[in-house]
Amino acid sequence: MALAEQQAELPRASRRAAFSRSSLVYFLRRYPLGAAGATIVLAIVLMALLANWITGFDPTATNAHASLARPGGSHPLGADFMGRDMWSRIAFGARISLAVGIGATTLGCLFGVLIGLTSGYFGGWLDLAAQRLMDMLQSLPLLVMALVMSAALGPSLENVILAISIPLVPTVARVIRSNALMLREMPFVEAARATGMNELSIALRHVLPNTLAPLIVLATAQLGSAILVEAALSFLGLGIPEPYPSWGRMLSESAAEYVRTAPWLVIFPGLAISLAVFGTNLLGDALRDILDPRLRL
Amino acid sequence: MASYLIRRLLLMILTLFGISVVIFVLLRIVPGNIADILFDAAGMVSAAEKQKLVSELGLDKPIAVQYLDWITGLARGDFGYTYVSEQPALQEILPRIPVTAKLAGLALIFAILLGVPLGVLSAVRQNTPLDYLLRVVSLSGLSLPSFWLGLLILMAFVQYAGWIPIYTDKPASLIDELLLLSIPAAAVGFRSSALVMRLTRSSMLEVLRQDYIRTARAKGAPARTVNYNHALRNAMLPIITIIGIEAAFLVGGLIVTETVFNIPGVARFLVEAIRWRDYPVVQNLVMFIAVVVVSVNFFVDMAYAVLDPRIRYED
Repeated sequence: MALAEQQAELPRASRRAAFSRSSLVYFLRRYPLGAAGATIVLAIVLMALLANWITGFDPTATNAHASLARPGGSHPLGADFMGRDMWSRIAFGARISLAVGIGATTLGCLFGVLIGLTSGYFGGWLDLAAQRLMDMLQSLPLLVMALVMSAALGPSLENVILAISIPLVPTVARVIRSNALMLREMPFVEAARATGMNELSIALRHVLPNTLAPLIVLATAQLGSAILVEAALSFLGLGIPEPYPSWGRMLSESAAEYVRTAPWLVIFPGLAISLAVFGTNLLGDALRDILDPRLRL
Repeated sequence: MASYLIRRLLLMILTLFGISVVIFVLLRIVPGNIADILFDAAGMVSAAEKQKLVSELGLDKPIAVQYLDWITGLARGDFGYTYVSEQPALQEILPRIPVTAKLAGLALIFAILLGVPLGVLSAVRQNTPLDYLLRVVSLSGLSLPSFWLGLLILMAFVQYAGWIPIYTDKPASLIDELLLLSIPAAAVGFRSSALVMRLTRSSMLEVLRQDYIRTARAKGAPARTVNYNHALRNAMLPIITIIGIEAAFLVGGLIVTETVFNIPGVARFLVEAIRWRDYPVVQNLVMFIAVVVVSVNFFVDMAYAVLDPRIRYED
């Protein structure tokens, strides 16, 4: 590399660093709610990653002496009927919620992009068939679809992820399709075609990357609903099986009877679910404002 | 308009047909033989009873014939037989429909009464602290699981009122029942009200930018008249669609809330049937829910076409 080029590279690198620092400050100022959401999401991710180190108990270990222990002392958030430490169960439960949330969202977006891109870019009878299939999936409530699927597949972590991902597909497919329809007519696609690029490469290299912005916004919104549906499934006893500590099932075990006697068993798991979903929703709203303000969710 | 109506109606039938195939196939991939599962769940013992069950369910026939039998049976109002409580499923389902309908109606009323005025307020005061507060509240409404909100409401009642508003015996009068149901309806409707509020806000903001609003302000119309008579009336249209979108979401909220408040409705019956592994009843209930949701969406589309003369359906 010539010396002159190297010298030019130096200030550019420092400029880039300064830009990213100032853009972080800009993000905090311009989108305080989004920054709050990002902080909550980060805290929950850290809680899930560090669950082994920040808790003092095995989340599945029972202890007859600690049954229904009040919050405080060695059990900061109390203990359930079987004497299992609530703080450990909530910290380890974050792993389940995130695993299901991220797993289902990724799978749902993958199928959604595949269907949306094919039907939007290639069109024809494929488009018609895909559209009708999406109509069908969308006419069944998310929870009903997930309930029936998890009942049909049997209770396991993988099946719950699959059961929640399928009802997420239509929303993603619709948005990607309408984007692909618009992008298909763009001059740069025509240019790519003129250079003799084949249709599949155009779809993957030129159309797909341009749908990334709405996809990120959608995925964030879907993450929140996936976590909520997992909680509802587990609450109804049809989600994640024992011995995994799931926030939703912690509520079903403690539900109505502990409302009177041990409110901490009801308050903390619900708070965890709500905070996780609230954080992703705040972040999702800010991302929408930044990346794709015309998208209405 | 007439051709649009017919096309839309045909599409609805096609969608329902597709859903019926999906449900039918889904419940055929259940691990294990349905007859075995039902046999266990209903606590039957003899081999003769099992053989009778297999032929009653038509499990010995080819799968296409099973599907046709099911659909023609449904069309005749045959919802099958619940082997667990040993009576026709229709007798279990029919008395539950009014309960769920009342709950859903109250939840929708709650959502509109709370969501529309707050959404208007949020739009009129855009980017003020009040707008920020309302946006955070509406976002939290979308984040709270409705079963948890229900549990919190129960907890507050235990703490401050000394009684639990759950459904034990059938209430004496309609008023009593509606009063009792209004509490869980608030738990379900809070989520919907948040969605209504967000949509009202964005729809109002769009209308408030229009020229005729500026004209109304320029001619000296009071702010109230402009906001409510000119803007809200035009912003209401997209809000109608939310009722269609919410119909599907509402079912999800009803399922968990009926469970929390011990309400004997259709939505909870679905969960019970799944727990009993009474798959023929599950199949019929899901189909019933699909018919309700698809019909609501159809009527919302029709209302939209009638109410907005700018929309032409000719493509």
